[in-house]
Amino acid sequence: MIKSTELSKKYGGVTVLNIESLEIPKGQSFGLVGNNGAGKTTYFNLLLDLIKPTTGSVINNDIQVNKSEDWKPFTASFIDESFLIGYLTPEEYFYFIGELRGMNKADINSFLIPFQDIFNDEILGKKKYLRDLSKGNQKKAGIVGALIGNPEVIILDEPFANLDPTTQIKLKKILKELTKNSKTTILISSHDLGHVTEVCERIVVLDKGNIVKDLKTSEETLEELETYFSV
Amino acid sequence: MIQYFIKFEWKQFFRSSYWQKSIALNILMGFLALYFMLTFLVLGISIYPLLKKQFPESDPLIMVNGFLFYWFLGDLVMRFFLQKLPVMNIKPLLALPIKRSKILNYVLGKSAISFFNFLPLFAIIPFGVILIFEDYSTTTALIWMLLMYVFTLIINFLNFIIEAKSTETELSFLPIIAIASGLFALNYFEIVSFSNLLGNAVNTITANPLLITIPIAILIGLYSINYFELKKKLYVDGSLKAKADVATTTDLAWTRRFGDIAPFLQLDLKLLWRNKRPRSSIFIVVIGLLYGLFFYPNPTYQNIPAMFVFVGIFVTGIFMINFGQFIPAWDSGYYKLLMSQNIKYKQYLNSKYSLMTISAVIMFVLSIPYVYFGWKILAIHFAAMVYNIGVNSHVLLYGGSFNRKKIDLTQRAAFNYQGTGAVQWIIGFPLLLIPILFFYIPYKFISFEAGILTLIVLGGIGIVFHQKLMNFITKQYLNSKHKMINAFDQNN
Repeated sequence: MIKSTELSKKYGGVTVLNIESLEIPKGQSFGLVGNNGAGKTTYFNLLLDLIKPTTGSVINNDIQVNKSEDWKPFTASFIDESFLIGYLTPEEYFYFIGELRGMNKADINSFLIPFQDIFNDEILGKKKYLRDLSKGNQKKAGIVGALIGNPEVIILDEPFANLDPTTQIKLKKILKELTKNSKTTILISSHDLGHVTEVCERIVVLDKGNIVKDLKTSEETLEELETYFSV
Repeated sequence: MIQYFIKFEWKQFFRSSYWQKSIALNILMGFLALYFMLTFLVLGISIYPLLKKQFPESDPLIMVNGFLFYWFLGDLVMRFFLQKLPVMNIKPLLALPIKRSKILNYVLGKSAISFFNFLPLFAIIPFGVILIFEDYSTTTALIWMLLMYVFTLIINFLNFIIEAKSTETELSFLPIIAIASGLFALNYFEIVSFSNLLGNAVNTITANPLLITIPIAILIGLYSINYFELKKKLYVDGSLKAKADVATTTDLAWTRRFGDIAPFLQLDLKLLWRNKRPRSSIFIVVIGLLYGLFFYPNPTYQNIPAMFVFVGIFVTGIFMINFGQFIPAWDSGYYKLLMSQNIKYKQYLNSKYSLMTISAVIMFVLSIPYVYFGWKILAIHFAAMVYNIGVNSHVLLYGGSFNRKKIDLTQRAAFNYQGTGAVQWIIGFPLLLIPILFFYIPYKFISFEAGILTLIVLGGIGIVFHQKLMNFITKQYLNSKHKMINAFDQNN
């Protein structure tokens, strides 16, 4: 589904990402871990053509992302708060995204029903703009926004950070559900090794922009990762 | 502790990307400051001899005191627009072991040494020194100088109170304009002569030095009001936290008829209405509409229709220019979303184009009453509207592809040059001036009708080739996409 070849990004001579080859097949739940500065967000930004690669290319479902815009209809993402439109209410934000993805208001309203419990009555119908919500609630809105319209690829940067425990558990369930029938490809990054090993079937460890581990998740993966990071 | 504060300020100033990017602007500011200092110095030195020469009968000091009202009023209005309370980033300091009073006194004290308080001294001191040489008693001169400085500081702190109140009320600069013009009018029509009142007060104080305690007491009072007002705000749940507006949801279902650009049109309308800065571009429309009243009744301009073209372009295009020159910076806060969502760039730009077109038509319709001043004016307005729709709107969109300045939507509007780069200025002038040229040449050599026709034809060409032009503009935006994303990510 997503193929990165010879992909690198340099800032003023410093290489922040260097991936020789990485292929993520359709329907995989893919986890990216690494310490700060490992290049996780850089990689996601490259996948979304938000930054220009120094070398190499990303091909998303046979479409080279920096050559054509045709990957946009089936790719959704939430990287940070700058993906939210501060002066909209959460409902308006969902309707807007829905509109872009061919869903009308009624579709969105029924889409939102299963999320009522994680919204915890703090997001919908509160007469508040997104800019006035707390960080955690903003994140919830952003992640739910990225799930609108059955995208084939979902990219979430640090989805678990800032979330309350109930939402973390619920989100894990949703993500597992999405990949169960091998339809949706999910890419997430996280600092919480427990969460990624639970959700992802494959985990790649980045260090200073290089892939240092590429693991198929098993019973021992968590332990292996903990040993790796405790050095 | 204070030396740390000062160090922080220094670093904040020189490390801001704003400073690093626009050294040219800073040099310009430096020259401007120098210019003002010189002007004030010249004023301070020359006013005494000038008054003496012009009015040998009267006492220059008393005459100057009579004019103080205008000075203070002007000073207050100018400060309102240009001077901000230098609040440093207080939030990180709250949890550190620093006394709150220290932070407050520092912030307020720092405002006292701002350029605005420093500048009048260039006029006050030379004038005072001349007074001493001119046989006034030294006490009078010294008291006068002290008094002037106290007044300067009073204006300084009064301004912050007015600013704080007017930001609370959302009316931004309307109250100060209303109050200042009210005072001015009362004085001008001699209903209440503030000039005399203030002049007499100053004369009395210079005659009885002890009375200077009254203005000093006022100053201390204003300082305390500022102090306690600020103190109330020093809590993270208080005013340091941004005030949350009550959201109003609107359906805007009528935008549906615009087809696939409807969601963007809705977004733009909400953008305009729900954010301080763009909202003011709606209010500016009112000012723009009235702009014609300055020109049309004035007999001096009657034989220069080129001037009317300027007004026409301005009246029908004021919203377009105000809004259009900051495309796409209005969306800079969530540009990454727009760039990764299922959006075709062209739709996005088309929505902006439609908004500008609609505004030009509405402005033309609203300006129809100007026909009172002659049918030619209506013709000019119509031609200007067509020209704006066909030419200026595309130029603005094209210029937007060079936009690299982020706009923080929550900041207030008046004299806020955030997001204004050299490109905006360079584009702004031709928008207004080139159509005058297009009108003037055929007008001069052929006729008035030929001038009007030229504008309409040019606008028409732009409308006919709209699709082609949009394709070209879209390509420009795609080319500079990464640069824009990167620039909008920076905080300036």
